[in-house]
Amino acid sequence: MGKADSNHVPKHGKKKRPNEAWKTFKRVFKTPSAKLGGVLMAIIIFCAVFAPLIAPYDPYTMDLTDLFATPTLKHLFGTDAMGRDVFSRVLYGAKYSLALGLFTAFIGTMLGVVLGSLAGYFGGIVETIIMRFCDIWGAIPGMLLNIVISACLGTGFFNTILAMSIGTFPGGARMTRGQILAERSKEYLEAAESINASKTSIMFKHLLPNVISPTIVSTTMAIGGNITAAAGLSYLGLGIQPPTPEWGALLSDGTTYINSYPHLLLYPGLVIGITVLAINLMGDGVRDAMDPKLRD
Amino acid sequence: MWRYVVKRLLWMIVVLLGVAFIIFTIMYLTPGDPAEMLLGTQATEAEKAAKRAILGVDQPYLVQLGNYFYQTFIKFDLGTSWIYETPVVQQMAERLPRTVFMNLASMIITIIIGFPMGIMAARNQGKWQDYGVIGLSIVLISMPGFWVALMFVLLFSVQLGWLPSSGIGGIQYYILPVITGSLAGIAGNSRQARSAMLEVIRADFVTTARAKGQDENTIVMKHILPNAMMPMITMLGGSLTHIVAGSAITERIFSIPGIGLYMLNGISYRDYPIIRGCTLFFAAFAAVCTLLTDLCYAWLDPRIKAQYQSGKRG
Repeated sequence: MGKADSNHVPKHGKKKRPNEAWKTFKRVFKTPSAKLGGVLMAIIIFCAVFAPLIAPYDPYTMDLTDLFATPTLKHLFGTDAMGRDVFSRVLYGAKYSLALGLFTAFIGTMLGVVLGSLAGYFGGIVETIIMRFCDIWGAIPGMLLNIVISACLGTGFFNTILAMSIGTFPGGARMTRGQILAERSKEYLEAAESINASKTSIMFKHLLPNVISPTIVSTTMAIGGNITAAAGLSYLGLGIQPPTPEWGALLSDGTTYINSYPHLLLYPGLVIGITVLAINLMGDGVRDAMDPKLRD
Repeated sequence: MWRYVVKRLLWMIVVLLGVAFIIFTIMYLTPGDPAEMLLGTQATEAEKAAKRAILGVDQPYLVQLGNYFYQTFIKFDLGTSWIYETPVVQQMAERLPRTVFMNLASMIITIIIGFPMGIMAARNQGKWQDYGVIGLSIVLISMPGFWVALMFVLLFSVQLGWLPSSGIGGIQYYILPVITGSLAGIAGNSRQARSAMLEVIRADFVTTARAKGQDENTIVMKHILPNAMMPMITMLGGSLTHIVAGSAITERIFSIPGIGLYMLNGISYRDYPIIRGCTLFFAAFAAVCTLLTDLCYAWLDPRIKAQYQSGKRG
């Protein structure tokens, strides 16, 4: 948000900016539920980054003498069909799942923002083409499009990111366009046009910073949903494949033994649920902080 | 109003043509040889070439596309499955009732449970009912749907033995799929309903109604609800699409031979006619649901209705 502000002189003296960031931060974590989400997320990110230090076992080492061990202190989440420690695999898998959620939400939203702002700002034929294309693309239910595209691109980390990002952009495009249409009639744009600012400068320097906050909110909200969707893809045998310990792949592994060894499903699923819950709690905080209607 | 309906129907046809084009192009650009998928790696080059000629995948892009559009939209024939060698339309017709029944049941449940939950939460803002609904819905949204479904199977089928875990038969086979398919929708709808209600509760006309001593139930039924309905219905279209998309995974989990499972089977064998046909079906299903919610919206909101009638829009 900041760059546009740096152009004009702050009215009340010197250091306004760090203060502003701190205020936003405090607003996001105002409610107890957002604080809970923040703390949970901090723990999960810590675990993802320091997985090699925390994990008691190597996530790929098999131990054929200790298959399907039920959870004990030795193996917190038990061991899987090849005797690998599930807890260690969950720890190592965190980085894949978090990165998937983050990148897909970010790239998907960015694609949407670029297309939506082109449509909203230029209007006319450009707008018609872009928005009609988004209508058609968006008519295919999201998860199905993800399934089809990732089946075509093949499995793997980058292909999954690509499949999921291009599957989700129409929503972002529609939202950004709506925001831009609402902003376009405002006076500051007329002022910018009258001093002969170029179209790109108007779009990137004046318009975008003012429509960015709903984008931040929707990106945050999308991260959680995308982690779940990525897990769903892996469950279907698309997405990321075993032996990579991505969380959906762990679930897909565990499904085979659902009747006899439910712990293989229970714990990875709970971890996904708690992670997404933490992100959603924070997302609600971000939404409350950014929504001008609720801001006091 | 009728002009609007006709216009929307025509646009829906354009959207479906577009969807068909996109899916066809994605499949065309997919690397890999369908003939090799079908015949196995041992097949000779001559056999594969013969197979490609039968499937028609050796022709140039535009010829294939033209053929596909002609077959699909003029002759209403979705082709013959490469792997099962049965007509796709026939298979889909057989599976259609299961998928449609499951989806409609889930949609109805998400509406009749989700909306009242949200309305109750908003009426008791800040009390335990409110926190209960908020908490429950954010947990339901966060849990991966397919994992919750598997846990339900574990609890109700494997442990308790109350309900069958997979397959089809009587109505009891649909209970678990429908419930698990609607959980996320219930959560989403109750969140939407709650925030829509809260937006209206603060409005001036509600204060006026209270000030003149109107009783609380009348205020909710006559003043708040009709106004809060609009944003609720707008969001409904999206949540219905979500249910349709989720049904493929639900069908896989509960082994329900519906269109979603057919599509997933098609995907694992790279069976293009199946994938194209099923995607088109789901897009059409979602489009009809969205159209119906939009029509409800126009029909319920007197302001919008008046606009269409006076011919300003539509």
